[in-house]
Amino acid sequence: MSVFDMIGPIMIGPSSSHTAGAARLGQLARSILGGQPVRARILLHGSFAETGAGHGTDLALVAGLLGLGPDDERIVDAFQLADAAGLQYNFERVDLGRVHPNTVRFVLEAGDRRVMVTGSSVGGGRVLVTAIDQFPVELSGEYDALVVSYLDQPGVISKISSLLAMDNVNIAQMRVSRAEKGARALMILEVDQPVADEVQRIIGRLPVIDALVAIPRVIGQKGGETE
Amino acid sequence: MKITSVAQLVEAANARGCSIAEVVIAEEARVSGSQPSQVMDRMVGVLQVMRAAVERGLSGEVRSRSGLTGGDAARVWGTNRSLAGETINHAISRALAVSEVNAGMGKIVAAPTAGSSGVLPGVILTIGEQLGADETTMARALFTAAGIGLAIGAQATLSGAEGGCQAECGSAAAMAAAAAVEMAGGTPEQAAQAAAIALKSSLGLVCDPVAGLVEIPCVKRNALSAVNALAAAEMALAGVKSAIPADEVIQAMGEVGRMLPEALRETARGGLAQTPTGRRIAEEVMGRNSGGQ
Repeated sequence: MSVFDMIGPIMIGPSSSHTAGAARLGQLARSILGGQPVRARILLHGSFAETGAGHGTDLALVAGLLGLGPDDERIVDAFQLADAAGLQYNFERVDLGRVHPNTVRFVLEAGDRRVMVTGSSVGGGRVLVTAIDQFPVELSGEYDALVVSYLDQPGVISKISSLLAMDNVNIAQMRVSRAEKGARALMILEVDQPVADEVQRIIGRLPVIDALVAIPRVIGQKGGETE
Repeated sequence: MKITSVAQLVEAANARGCSIAEVVIAEEARVSGSQPSQVMDRMVGVLQVMRAAVERGLSGEVRSRSGLTGGDAARVWGTNRSLAGETINHAISRALAVSEVNAGMGKIVAAPTAGSSGVLPGVILTIGEQLGADETTMARALFTAAGIGLAIGAQATLSGAEGGCQAECGSAAAMAAAAAVEMAGGTPEQAAQAAAIALKSSLGLVCDPVAGLVEIPCVKRNALSAVNALAAAEMALAGVKSAIPADEVIQAMGEVGRMLPEALRETARGGLAQTPTGRRIAEEVMGRNSGGQ
């Protein structure tokens, strides 16, 4: 833990879990969609549903979807900004069962893209995306990441990891999940260095790859949260 | 040297003939691969965010979204009936100010948490004012505070949900007490004593927020924790020692936190949250929210 996690983060109040974490979950969901959503259903579970409004969780989630970070003073104006940006959103209460009390599920749409992202604010502003569509994942936002959707078959993992290795990108964490053998699969790669656009394009053009999105980290940026 | 205890910080400072702050700065520079001056520059930036939050809160214009808090910092700052003297008045006012800004969705520094974010600015900016300290001196004090906080995190917890308010406001008071001692020229040992005394005085403090919001009683507990820190620093600088060493107090705080029922750890199911008035306020806030969506 860094000194600047202890005396920090710099954030919009009032709660690291209900406000800062919520903004980060919104940012990650936006990145996973691959850009600005046009429509967002926001399903609130547990404490997010119970005390969310008093903590500005609703504002912070929408702010995150607009790309604003946890230290952005425009969070309080998020609803007006969403209207101006053409983002339609609504909130619903939901019981997602045995999940973390601070959990949100986004259903995001933009053009023909649609994605469902489930994530939790796990304390101190740290977050964990736990599902993308039907696939269980673990994405902390503490690393740059790639989310790759592909058709499950031998050799895909080694192909991607060798392309990254050639560009000197080190894989910190990797997780693969699939609906069933040979079906659509999802690979989450958390990496120590950002992946160059050119390498992303090469991976994205591999025949078995459906989609690739890069997820910039939302926690622990060098130089601090003030930027 | 990963920071794991207060004793280790004091030992390292004594061995190098420097302050706890310098030990923490060196460690942060090492871990982050930066120069000590870069680490210091970043902390000066953090201090500026604290100062801006204080100024905003003291303006008296901040209200929380629930309408439950705001305006008290300006009330105390502008009072003409001060009993406690300027130092205490200013520390209270500044701690309230930042806590009100936090509740009002303004920009603050979580130190160690958002719920306890008023304590360090309350103490450090007030002692800085009294001593005529420059930005670097105050930023250095934030490293002292961070060192104590890291030692608490390694041996107990800084989360209200895990340890109650003692883990948040109590830890902030311990961090601020040590920081105040080093700002005033006290020794590393005296800083450790101040941290121990401040944390001892917070043991058992429960987290019982009305309506589950970081407002009642959090805002005022920030002010009280700032005063606790000043009292502890006053004693330690005069040579008063804590019979129980800082690390044992920290471990006791963690132990007390584990013994606290869940109803008193941020769930709003006990304490002030479940008083008749606390429940009525909660119903009003919830009613407004469900009507507003």
